[in-house]
Amino acid sequence: MAVQLLKGNVAFAEAAVRYGLQAYFGYPITPQSEALEHLSGRMLQEGRVFLQAESEVAAINMVYGAACCGVRVMTSTSGPGFSLMTEGLSYIAGSEIPVVVVDMMRGGPGLGNIQPSQADYFLMTKTAGHGDFHPIVLAPASVQELIDSMGLAFALAEKYRTLVIVAGDGSLGQMMESAELPPMQPLPEQRPVWAVTGAKGREPNVITSMYLVAEHLEQVNLRLQAKLAEIRKHEVRFVESQTGDAELLLVAYGTSGRICTSVLRQARQNGLPVGLLRPQTLWPFPEQRLRELAEQVRGVLVVEMSAGQMLEDVEHAVQGRVPVRFHGRTGGMIPMVEDVLSELQALASDLGVTP
Amino acid sequence: MSQSIIAPEEMELAYAYPASLTRAYTHYCPGCVHGIVHRLVAEVIDELGIRERAIGVAPVGCAVLIYNYINTDFVEAAHGRAPAMATGIKRVNPDNVVFTYQGDGDLAAIGTAEIIHAANRGERITTVFINNAIYGMTGGQMAPTTLQGMVTTSTPMGRNCQLAGYPIRMSEILAQTAGAVYVTREAALDLAGIRKTKRAIKRAFLAQMHGLGFASVEVLSTCPTNWGMDPWAAMQWAKENLAAYYPLDTFKITDAVKALPA
Repeated sequence: MAVQLLKGNVAFAEAAVRYGLQAYFGYPITPQSEALEHLSGRMLQEGRVFLQAESEVAAINMVYGAACCGVRVMTSTSGPGFSLMTEGLSYIAGSEIPVVVVDMMRGGPGLGNIQPSQADYFLMTKTAGHGDFHPIVLAPASVQELIDSMGLAFALAEKYRTLVIVAGDGSLGQMMESAELPPMQPLPEQRPVWAVTGAKGREPNVITSMYLVAEHLEQVNLRLQAKLAEIRKHEVRFVESQTGDAELLLVAYGTSGRICTSVLRQARQNGLPVGLLRPQTLWPFPEQRLRELAEQVRGVLVVEMSAGQMLEDVEHAVQGRVPVRFHGRTGGMIPMVEDVLSELQALASDLGVTP
Repeated sequence: MSQSIIAPEEMELAYAYPASLTRAYTHYCPGCVHGIVHRLVAEVIDELGIRERAIGVAPVGCAVLIYNYINTDFVEAAHGRAPAMATGIKRVNPDNVVFTYQGDGDLAAIGTAEIIHAANRGERITTVFINNAIYGMTGGQMAPTTLQGMVTTSTPMGRNCQLAGYPIRMSEILAQTAGAVYVTREAALDLAGIRKTKRAIKRAFLAQMHGLGFASVEVLSTCPTNWGMDPWAAMQWAKENLAAYYPLDTFKITDAVKALPA
C-alpha cells in the first residue's frame, strides 16, 4: 500500500473496513462525522452492514446486538454522544462482548464546542458506565498511529472479550497527514461459540449482564477483575523519548503528546535534560514505568487539553516522589509549544536543573 | 361389546408440551398473563419450525427472565433498547428470526424512540408488546399506559392526566410508520382472545420470515398483584376498562401480510 494524504476520520474508518469491520452503527456528531459518511458508502460497497441510528443510545445498542452475534462491529462518536452511550457500554462490559468505539473528543462540558479536547479522559478510562469495569483505551497521536490503533483495537477486543476505546480528538480527526493504510483483510469465517446465531444442534446461548444472586454477581465481578489484571499486566503501551539522562519528564498523550515532542526538541536544543513519556494506552496506564522514572527524574510536567485528568493517574504513579506540575488548556484550546516550554523552564529553575 | 384398543403411538396427538418452552417454573405471580403469552410464543415457534433459527431479545420488566422459559438463543437488552439490539442482530444475521418481548414501561416509555424508529425502518423483526397498564417488576408504579384514575404506587390518588399525562396508545402510533406491515392489538383475557392472540403472533412471525417488514402484536394483560385484584376480577376489569380505552383492532395490515398462509 502506498503512502497517501489522509484525513484522520476517513483514515480510521477505512482502516476499520480493511481490518474486517462487518457492521457499523452510528449517529452524526462533529468532529467525527466524516467517518460515518465514509462508511455509509464503503460498507455497502463491500456488502457489509451500515446503519445510521436515531440516537447514540440506539447506535450503541445496535452495536451491542450485532456484537452478540460474534461479528466485528464498531461505532464512533464525540463526547456528548459518548455520554449517551455509557448505558450500553456498561451492558457490553457486563456481558463481556468485544466492541470498539472511537471517541474524537471535543470541548465540553455540555454542548461545549467542536474544537479538540482531551476532557473525556475520566469518562473513557474510569466512568464509561455504571459498575466496576475499565475499557482498554488506546491514544494515538498521529493519523498513522490512528490507523494502526484500529487493528490493535479489534485484536484486543476479541482477545479479551472486552470493550476497546480509541481516543482521539478533534484535531486528530480533522487533520490530514501522509499515512499508509493496511491491505484488505479477509473476514473471519466462523462465529465464536458464545455468539447468538440460533441454537442449531446445541443448547441455547444466552447473553446477559444480569445475575440476580449476589454470590453469582460477585463471581462475575471477580472474573472481570482478573481479566482486567491480565490486561494491566500485558497491554500497557507507551512511547519514551530521551529519558536516558532526563532529569525532567514530560507526560502527555495524543495531540498533547505530539506538542510535547516539539517542546522536547526545543528544550534539548536549549540543553535542558528533558525526556517524554507518551502513554499509548490510557487504560491500562503505564504506571509502573512512570514510577520507575520518578526514581530517576527530579520533576514531572503533565500536559493535557483538559483541567487535569490524566494528571491524577500520574500523581498516583509518582506517589509524591518528585513534584508534579500541570499545564492544561480547556474549552477547545490547544497548548502552545512556547507556553509548555516556559512552564518546563520554570520547573527546571525551581528544582535547580540547569543545562 | 368389544372395542378395539388403539396403541398409544397410533393415537392422534391432542396435546404436547411445546419444545420451545423450557420445563422451568416461572417466577410470575399467580394469575399473571406472561406465562400464557410465553406459551403462545413457544407454540408459534414450534409450529413454524424456527426454534433453531430464532433469537429473542429480553426486556427489562417482569419478563426480564424470559430466556429461562423460551428455549432459543437470547440476549438481554437494557431497558427499552430491545428494538435497537434486535436491529443490530437482524442486520448481521438476516437469516435468523429475531423477536423482542417487551412490556409497557419498556416499549411505551423509556423505549419509545427505539420502537418507533425500528418500526419506521421496517426492521424485519417481530415485537410482542404486553400492556397491563402498570410497572410490575418495580412494584406497581404508573405506566405510560395506566388509565385515568387508576391507583398505582406513584399515583396514590389515581392517575390525574392533567398532572401525569395521558395513557398512550402505542399500536395506533406504530401503525402510522411506513415500515410497519402488521400492527394489531389483542387481549389474552379469555380463551377466545388467547386463541386470537396466538394467530396474531404467528402472523407477525410469518411477516418477518417473508421479509415483509416490522410486525407487532400488543397484548392486553393484567397484573393482579399490583392491581390489588384476584386473577379473575383482574381479567374482568381489564375487559371492561383496558379494552374500552385500548380498542382491540388491527391498525395496519398490508396486502402482503393478508396474503400470508394462516
